[in-house]
Amino acid sequence: MPPNVLEFSLLVWLGSFAAGFLGALTGLGGGVVITPLLTIVLGVDIRYAIGASLVSVIATSSGAAAAYVREGYSNIRIGMFLEVATTFGALAGAFLATWVSTAAIAVVFGVVLIYSAYLSNRPRPDPAPDEPPDRLATALRMNGTYPTAAGPQAYHVRHVPAGFSLMFGAGVLSGLLGIGSGAVKVLAMDRIMRIPFKVSTTTSNFMIGVTAAAGTGVYLRRGYIDPGLAMPIVLGVLPGALAGSRMLIGARIRVLRLIFSIVVGILGFEMIYKGLTGRL
Amino acid sequence: MRDWTDQQVERMVGNILRIGVTLAALVVLVGGATYLVQHAADAPHYGVFSGEKSNLRTLSGIIASARELRSLGIVQVGLLLLIATPVARVAFSLFAFLRKRDWAYVAVTAIVLGVLVYSVR
Repeated sequence: MPPNVLEFSLLVWLGSFAAGFLGALTGLGGGVVITPLLTIVLGVDIRYAIGASLVSVIATSSGAAAAYVREGYSNIRIGMFLEVATTFGALAGAFLATWVSTAAIAVVFGVVLIYSAYLSNRPRPDPAPDEPPDRLATALRMNGTYPTAAGPQAYHVRHVPAGFSLMFGAGVLSGLLGIGSGAVKVLAMDRIMRIPFKVSTTTSNFMIGVTAAAGTGVYLRRGYIDPGLAMPIVLGVLPGALAGSRMLIGARIRVLRLIFSIVVGILGFEMIYKGLTGRL
Repeated sequence: MRDWTDQQVERMVGNILRIGVTLAALVVLVGGATYLVQHAADAPHYGVFSGEKSNLRTLSGIIASARELRSLGIVQVGLLLLIATPVARVAFSLFAFLRKRDWAYVAVTAIVLGVLVYSVR
């Protein structure tokens, strides 16, 4: 017997809580598994799933950013500057989503899932060699400091144009797939712009909400955002992510991250398979 | 006018985000609980995409629906509050950069706000 609305909402709520919890704990983000969960496991149309997921991404990003911003890690100037790229990208991605077939979206989604899983387990490269700071970064006063046990530590921002371009791509993926694109954002900031990891992750979190909001407006007007479906997701992901980020401090997460990224990778292959065989 | 430090601005941004998300979640909770009480035994319809009706996809439609105390309209108002939270954060940042006469970032922030307003309008 198929579940009724109450049972279905409870299932979605439980899944969203778990997704938010594991996403925050492992740093992969909860939004990335919501859509595969809804489409593969619960048979929801991918357009409804993407709309609901995007809304939940705003909730977790804003909730987490509210906590991080006071610790003094996130850099509002870097975030605001790069949000120019991500918001334009998100608009482009959201419009693209109404043009492209759902099968193609599923395949792209699968590739992104597999890549995120791979990326989160790759060891981070050594600290950056002492390159001169980017002139644009200096002109825009992006260089900053972050708190450490030994007092404020200064850092310089590098390769701003390359980071900015990649951020546009992150925005497109966010708008197209209804995800936060945290993995791509951290890639741009941590690996390319050489911003310290803690600053990259918190600033990325800060930007995700704005990026997702830019895409959500388009989805709302196209009728992709169903309140009955979004409700248990938002109310599940939000406390899940809060609980996960509380536990992050001091938790040994390497094994957990490996397991979670294997799950994410499997979901990725499943999305590609179902997309290619037209079963989504 | 006394200048705000970056730390003060960051604290205020944190408060805006926290208040926005909390308020949005509460409204979604009220609307959602009402919806579940009224429609618990219905069959979910998410397997087939049909798109939302206009009263749940336009600003005026959503507000009208919520004023008639329809549960899904109330949930949708909560989701609008959620979307408005980062927009409010960017608007506040614009104000803070204006106060600091940091014109480069006034321009940067105005562009971001413009894109958001265009999207959400």
